[in-house]
Amino acid sequence: MSMVNVGRPTRPEGSTTETRPATLTGGRGLLQDEALIFELGGWDKTGVDLPAPALDASDLGDLVRKDPIGLPGLSEPEAMRHFVRLSQKNHAIDLALYPLGSCTMKHNPRLNEKMARLPGFSDVHPLQPQSTVQGAIELMDRLAHWLKTLTGMPAVALSPKAGANGELCGLLAIHAAHDAKGDTARRVVLVPTSAHGTNPATAAFVGYSVREIAQTEDGRVDLKDLEAKLGPDVAAIMVTNPNTCGLFERDIMEISRLAHAAGAYFYCDGANFNAIVGRVRPGDLGVDAMHINLHKTFSTPHGGGGPGAGPVVLSEALAPFAPAPWVVSGADGYKLVEFEEAEAADAFGRMCAFHGQMGMYVRALSYMMSHGADGLKQVAEDAVLNANYIKARLQGVMSPAFPEGPCMHEALFDDSWLEGTGVTTLDFAKAMIDEGFHPMTMYFPLVVHGAMLIEPTETESKFELDRFCDALLALAGAAKGGDTERFKGAPFYAPLRRLDETRAARQPKLRWTSEPGANLAAE
Amino acid sequence: MRFTKDHEWVSVDGDVATVGITKYAADALGDVVFVEVPDAGKALSKGDSFAVVESVKAASDVYAPVAGEVVEGNAALSAAPETVNADPEGSGWFAKIRVADVADVDALMDRAAYDAYLASL
Repeated sequence: MSMVNVGRPTRPEGSTTETRPATLTGGRGLLQDEALIFELGGWDKTGVDLPAPALDASDLGDLVRKDPIGLPGLSEPEAMRHFVRLSQKNHAIDLALYPLGSCTMKHNPRLNEKMARLPGFSDVHPLQPQSTVQGAIELMDRLAHWLKTLTGMPAVALSPKAGANGELCGLLAIHAAHDAKGDTARRVVLVPTSAHGTNPATAAFVGYSVREIAQTEDGRVDLKDLEAKLGPDVAAIMVTNPNTCGLFERDIMEISRLAHAAGAYFYCDGANFNAIVGRVRPGDLGVDAMHINLHKTFSTPHGGGGPGAGPVVLSEALAPFAPAPWVVSGADGYKLVEFEEAEAADAFGRMCAFHGQMGMYVRALSYMMSHGADGLKQVAEDAVLNANYIKARLQGVMSPAFPEGPCMHEALFDDSWLEGTGVTTLDFAKAMIDEGFHPMTMYFPLVVHGAMLIEPTETESKFELDRFCDALLALAGAAKGGDTERFKGAPFYAPLRRLDETRAARQPKLRWTSEPGANLAAE
Repeated sequence: MRFTKDHEWVSVDGDVATVGITKYAADALGDVVFVEVPDAGKALSKGDSFAVVESVKAASDVYAPVAGEVVEGNAALSAAPETVNADPEGSGWFAKIRVADVADVDALMDRAAYDAYLASL
């Protein structure tokens, strides 16, 4: 019989050895080594051909630019491929579990995206007459209603554009409230040692000096230390609840009572609101101001997929000082009250040029309405259940920082279980990348040695949690079994090996500069 | 040389104290990538934050171990912050302070007491 024996091989042949030759170009498995877009494109090509301008007279005179503008020229497929290739080197919540503690990397439901793309919301302009965008303003009013109801607070400023911007808004309202009372000697803000770094940074930005509150052995605010540091010079305390150790501040009522008795306001960092939404109303805890990260608790995208949004709920005492604009409704429909209007006489100002992140408002309300009040309660319950499942599965091998009792929405481990292995928290995190899992938050909070903070969120199934825990337990076994090379050299399989963070910080390259003689003429 | 519980060291020559952070602190911080030192003339009360040290891991304030007035900040640290890791208790000094009361320095821990304090952490 005749047989063609030079066809396409259909099974692996040849070398089965595990050693891999380095590639010749730096590429790897269909992914090219990616240059900066400036290095990819010069002015010898362009994606768009424009006709030469018909007019040769210019009103600019001597102001016409003579230097090259330094922008790269790329064809459309080159530009598209560059960004798609970059995205393939990135991790995303749409690829896998993203267990960054304190970041709440939960799934962003596609329904939110569909709603945000409705033309009535996506094709409006902030300078349009308000009579033509009544639906959009009504949506802001509904969102405000949900946020006030869920937090038990009487007022909300929707406009802050992220968590830290919300902190700024809250402290400016507190500053304005003290000023209105003529109480201008309060120059200090108290912040626990486990706080997010943004808390002291915000206080310093507003002009306060920061004093730290000590932490108890079991990871909570030290009431005695708080009481000792409260005084007539303290403007506010900033406390996160649940805190960054993943623990509920069980003395929260006493904390707010002590703060108020000393004449200070209670700012609550609401970054972890997802652990208590639907179960606890911060207004009932004596909170005066709290930001709500829509991009955490209410599932709008983070970072590059963002932008973030950080509305701030305010107590009765702070409500008059809320920044403009806000929505009111009357016989003529909905209206944004602006800073220049008489109703906003006590407002401390405004946080941004317009009204904030409309697209995020749509997504957050879409999330709230699709879950309902009972669904949001289940969000908190499942977030806490998932974190405790991880804590329970790992605690026989890894060491929980606070072993007593359950945690809230995130499980915190220290590095005492790695002692004697020669493996550090950083090594362990890098080895996780090789196993296909994004690392947890490392070395935060600072109060826990070699901290590993794992926040699974409620959107991960038991199947996903088990895969994650299995991988961590396998790695932990390798670390304790003396397989240190797997850790010290990691990551082996990422697009780049371990980066020199120290050199990056000491000698940062903050902008690209062209090689001398490069073809970047202004044309 | 005298030491504080916040891991600053002080070395006095006449009424001028040289101040830095201890080897223990430098090791705990990890690779130092940025240092901000005070300008001459700045008046300090004991416990005032007078310098900032930043590593890859964290940013920390450095507190004045005694009251006085800054005579000189170690300008070399801004270009070479790694000196703090290489020689924390020598050329990695942060500032020289004209001390208001030299007796304040004597009240701080000596090397043996500081070592005992470190052992207790």
